[in-house]
Amino acid sequence: MLLLVASLLMIWGPGLAVAQEGESVATRLRYETVEGDRVPVEGARITVATADGEAVAEGFSDAEGNVAIPVPGPGTYVLTLDTETLPEGVILRDPERVTAETEVLEGQTGRTIFSLISGDVTLDTDDGVSFRQILQLSVEGLKLGLFLGMGAIGLSLIFGTTGLVNFAHSEMIVWGMLVAYLFNFYGFAGFLGFMAGWPAPFGAGVNLAIAALFAIAGGAALGYALDKWIFLPLRERGVSLISQMVVTIGLSLILRYVFLFIFGGSPRFFADYTAQSALQLWIVDITPKDLITAALSVLILVGVGLLLLRTKLGKAMRAVADNRDLAESSGIDVQRVIRSVWVLGGSLAGLGGVFIGLSEQVSWNIGFRMLLLIFAAVVLGGLGTAFGALVGALVVGVGIQVSTLFIPTELKNVGALAVLILVLVIRPQGILGRAERIG
Amino acid sequence: MTFAAIDWGFILTQSVTQALDFNAVVYALAAIGLNIHFGYAGLLNFGQVGFVAMGAYGMGLSITLWELNPFLAVVVGMIFAAIFALILGLPTLRLRSDYLAIVTIAAAEIVRLIARSTVMRPITRGAEGLNEFIGPFRDLSPFEASAVYGIGPIEWRGSQFFAVVVGWALVALSLLLVAQLMRSPWGRVVKAIREDEDAARALGKNAYWYKLQALILGGVIGGLGGMVQALGNATVQPDFFVAPLTFFFWLVLILGGVGKVWAPVFGAVVYWFMITFIQNTGRQLVDEGLIPTSIMDTSQIDQIRFWIVGAALALLMVFRPQGFFGSKEEMALDAR
Repeated sequence: MLLLVASLLMIWGPGLAVAQEGESVATRLRYETVEGDRVPVEGARITVATADGEAVAEGFSDAEGNVAIPVPGPGTYVLTLDTETLPEGVILRDPERVTAETEVLEGQTGRTIFSLISGDVTLDTDDGVSFRQILQLSVEGLKLGLFLGMGAIGLSLIFGTTGLVNFAHSEMIVWGMLVAYLFNFYGFAGFLGFMAGWPAPFGAGVNLAIAALFAIAGGAALGYALDKWIFLPLRERGVSLISQMVVTIGLSLILRYVFLFIFGGSPRFFADYTAQSALQLWIVDITPKDLITAALSVLILVGVGLLLLRTKLGKAMRAVADNRDLAESSGIDVQRVIRSVWVLGGSLAGLGGVFIGLSEQVSWNIGFRMLLLIFAAVVLGGLGTAFGALVGALVVGVGIQVSTLFIPTELKNVGALAVLILVLVIRPQGILGRAERIG
Repeated sequence: MTFAAIDWGFILTQSVTQALDFNAVVYALAAIGLNIHFGYAGLLNFGQVGFVAMGAYGMGLSITLWELNPFLAVVVGMIFAAIFALILGLPTLRLRSDYLAIVTIAAAEIVRLIARSTVMRPITRGAEGLNEFIGPFRDLSPFEASAVYGIGPIEWRGSQFFAVVVGWALVALSLLLVAQLMRSPWGRVVKAIREDEDAARALGKNAYWYKLQALILGGVIGGLGGMVQALGNATVQPDFFVAPLTFFFWLVLILGGVGKVWAPVFGAVVYWFMITFIQNTGRQLVDEGLIPTSIMDTSQIDQIRFWIVGAALALLMVFRPQGFFGSKEEMALDAR
């Protein structure tokens, strides 16, 4: 295990550790994307002056966006950001605030922040809503909805068969994303450092399409392991559902911060298919990777649908979700069905993670936002129903994207979550759920 | 490279200081609120941090925006938390408990996202947060802002000592309130609803209304925690109120014992002592080269907190859900 961690860290190198002697000023330059992610800004210039305007020092931000500049002694300093050195499209949230003041105490570091955003956050054009815009956003929303659906179906099936709301489900999505990233760049050596010199796929990266297969396998393995070593023993101990729910929360915290520990904080991109120019289909712009991943999602979701409707295992899954005791008494091996549901949910989540990483970025903390959107989808569709989850996910995806025509982009996820609460007021059983007393 | 170089005195002093600091107060108050929700009324609130944020923003905005006097500001903070409880409770308290869990975790995130949004910037000052509300409170403080107060090596600056004193006073008052309430007929009805809602309804008790009252009361006490945070840090920043914080509060509650009046205080003190002890020890081990930086550097030490909290939460819930002092029979563990 230590060897593994050590080999991983050698690949990525240690994070930031700025040794400080005496007084200094520091800031962290990161800009916020439309999705709300923080991306570090490298190589931006900060000049430091005393309160009287006398220039004392300057410095540049490193790969993590950190700037630390020693200053002569305690006092008030004014930091000025050279906006010319910012990357293309990155601007100050408030263009007036190119300077920031900080007070440095004896032996300490004075910190301050510059609020940076990606320029397209503010690209709110007010020339009315066109049909093309609605169509474009709907297509993007469908794509997001399909990806969300991959997570939502698993979450809903697990809930349906076991009654457990799995708060760690989104970490399975991130897990898939990271497994694909590791295989994409390092092959098996990403997990087992000693293989570094071997040929692909052992010691070198493979194409993302192959890496995605590993992500599916990784997701399935995680689902299997979680059920076998954590949740099956809990069920056998008779641990209550609420306790199990808290266990999934603990699990999600651990997984999320293990990902951060291994992967580091800054978002990354896959090696393949990242920068693509959009195709124009009729009046809609869509990149080839989005088109292909969306088509694949449709295929896979149809496959899952057929599995649930036509195969014996799928029928057993639905039977257990419908009425567990009745299913058990008619000879269905409930524990085996639950295990299959975890494996299916894990592999779908893993692949969904790859698609999300490809369409947005690969990041350790994308999970929590996804979890809330999946919750919105699942509640909207009806908790526990697989097809309801898919419908809910599509509605949430399209709703989020189209809503940006009417509300600021940064609040689009808030809209989805507000709808979640509204649904519970109006139709708590969801779109496809049966009307029954659930209180 | 020796263990002898580790400054145990410093680590212990730091740990005890943190265990008594205003941060522990914030956790204690939030967990007292959670205790009313989960321990007494059986409500699964996974968004306590939202109540904490509402309290902090309510108080801060009262000063920066409406220029009220500090006492009124505290009242407004409590009203903010109560309104949040109403918005959450009215639609969800009739539903099964896992719905409340999902809605609360989502609502708490909504609060943070809205508070930090550019649209709300003229009011909430966006991601930078409220920083100009502390003056009136400093004027109330009997302590010299720059002087040092404390017992022996455990010391605070006067500006923070005010938050520490006010905070622990609030904790004491809240505990007194909870203890009295839970002995009253109201407390018995709430506990009866936790044990068997249908039976309580059959006796003519309006379970929905009682649960809503419990949600409001616990939320307001959580809001007080937010205000102590604001006083201590002299700032209200949206990104302080991130979702994992709620689960830190949960750990504090479960550590002490669900359904025991003073358990959250015990949990908060133990939590802050342990976390500070482990992090400081880890930091010194790295500084002394006893943990090579190829495995972990000082910035990663802070992440250990999340591993510990996650593992402790899961393990406690499985092996000792009643914590140190609780009783298993008094826990609302069956999903309804």
